[in-house]
Amino acid sequence: MSGLTYETVSRIAQQGGLIYFGLLFLAGCAFALLPSKKAEFQHAARMPLDDEELS
Amino acid sequence: MSAPSLTSSGPPAGSKVLLIISVLGAFLAVLGAGLTHDTIFRLQAGTFAIAAIIAGFVLSSGLAGGKLQDHPDQYSDNIIKAGVIATMFWAAAGLLAGVVIAAQLSWPNLLFFPEAGWTNFGRLRPLHTSAVIFAFGGNALIATSFWVVQRTCKARLAGGITPWFVFWGYQLFIVLAATGYLMGATQGKEYAEPVWYTDIWLTIVWVAYLLVFLGTIWKRKEPHIYVANWFYLAFIVTIALLHLVNNAAVPVGWLNHRSYGAMSGVQDALTQWWYGHNAVGFFLTAGFLAMMYYFVPKRVERPVYSYRLSIVHFWALIFIYIWAGPHHLHYTALPQWAQTLGMTFSIMLWMPSWGGMINGLMTLSGAWDKLRTDPVVRMMVVAIAFYGMATFEGPVMSIRAVNALSHYTDWTIGHVHSGALGWNGFITFGAIYCMVPWLWKKKAMYSNKLIEWHFWIATTGILLYIAAMWVSGIMEGLMWREYTPQGFLAYSFIETVSAKHIENVIRTIGGLMFLTGALIMIVNIWKTITSPELDLAAAELTDDTSATPATANA
Repeated sequence: MSGLTYETVSRIAQQGGLIYFGLLFLAGCAFALLPSKKAEFQHAARMPLDDEELS
Repeated sequence: MSAPSLTSSGPPAGSKVLLIISVLGAFLAVLGAGLTHDTIFRLQAGTFAIAAIIAGFVLSSGLAGGKLQDHPDQYSDNIIKAGVIATMFWAAAGLLAGVVIAAQLSWPNLLFFPEAGWTNFGRLRPLHTSAVIFAFGGNALIATSFWVVQRTCKARLAGGITPWFVFWGYQLFIVLAATGYLMGATQGKEYAEPVWYTDIWLTIVWVAYLLVFLGTIWKRKEPHIYVANWFYLAFIVTIALLHLVNNAAVPVGWLNHRSYGAMSGVQDALTQWWYGHNAVGFFLTAGFLAMMYYFVPKRVERPVYSYRLSIVHFWALIFIYIWAGPHHLHYTALPQWAQTLGMTFSIMLWMPSWGGMINGLMTLSGAWDKLRTDPVVRMMVVAIAFYGMATFEGPVMSIRAVNALSHYTDWTIGHVHSGALGWNGFITFGAIYCMVPWLWKKKAMYSNKLIEWHFWIATTGILLYIAAMWVSGIMEGLMWREYTPQGFLAYSFIETVSAKHIENVIRTIGGLMFLTGALIMIVNIWKTITSPELDLAAAELTDDTSATPATANA
């Protein structure tokens, strides 16, 4: 068990986690702000207001 | 389009299979009840057998008489009607149990029978929490999710008879859990008290629920999956995962209600609060946010304030919530870094929570006048305000230094109830006030005045409740940490209990007022359903200005 101590593992987990979640958050924001999605999201924001009946 | 074509393609798919399963289930349950030496197991197997026999009778008579018909060209609304009625029934039952246990805390001899135990505080307390969270909240979530997923996907519920299996199977789960608690059958895990066979039954029902929901999304006619459906889906999937892991256990015997948990010690504690806090995060938050994202825009007739914010809200919320559980385990055997991790993620949660709150409130922009004129809108807005308040208070309480004072005190109980009564209760009541006239084809609710009464009585009740719990919680927290100059604890535990008497009485009154509001709502719903003069069909004949033929925009 040389090298792979508790401190090493926890440091990798903490810093890796920070980077992973940071990137994930940025990806989420980028997806939400994509200009090409604008029309779709504007339509989606009105979806509850659409007609009630099926077919 | 307006004339409903009553075409039918025979009974719903799977009806005969469900009939066979019911008969088999009844047979096995009777066999289990006969062979066991465990009285509690026998009574519970008997309950299961009775439910399966009733299901068998209803299915076979429905199939034989031709009454069980599928209508593929219509939305499945009857099941939502049943869901609304079940929600209000369990609301009354769960809130009543809460008032009783609050009264027991105020007057400890009330319904206390040392010999029998059925109505003692220790058994009624899980009955209350499960009844309000899983019975009231769960039925509200199932009913509203079935409404929302059909409307936003433009598709009938998938799975033939399966949605009805989900509905009645879930009621059976509630009955098995609740009667089990009263008899003393419990795993002793908070919010996960049901014993192993009840857990297995819930797993089966929940997987069926997931399949119905996914199946409906699968056959949607709208290309975009509306954000509320994402929240519902996160709720269903995560609850399945939490339930399976936290309830992993080895039964003492196949005919015995007792079991040993798969984990022990600090691992068990961490798993329990990973489960417990995500029951809050996904059952009581994600699912109810789905209600907010559908019923608030619908009621105020405005689009979602920012759909982009709703996407960020969703992903941030679900990725952060799952880590917050360890804040329940400050100053325990859990490693300190794990406690700090839970605390940090809890504080981070403030951001998506308030982003969501702002998104919900700002959906009213351009329609703020409805806050004055429509008590249902006011109820939903107050719900969102309580969501904001509870999600501010929660992160504060998760900080280790604050938790040192607040943990194990009534402050926590007050916090939970500002979330449960204010947020979950009011957003559900708002959604049901919307759905009842839609479902039963009525012009409006029977009485707006009664909604006003419900709103003000219940709001006052919540304020009494949480204010009393802040006072008693901080008081007992301070009393517990008080030392004498000699270094002894200044107060015995029972002194801190008797010091809270008046606050407990106030909380009982607050709870009673919230229950009164719910009973007023039940009367209002009953009158709405049974008043023929409110029928929409009668009104449409005289003034129909909105309906235009679907072909006009071709």
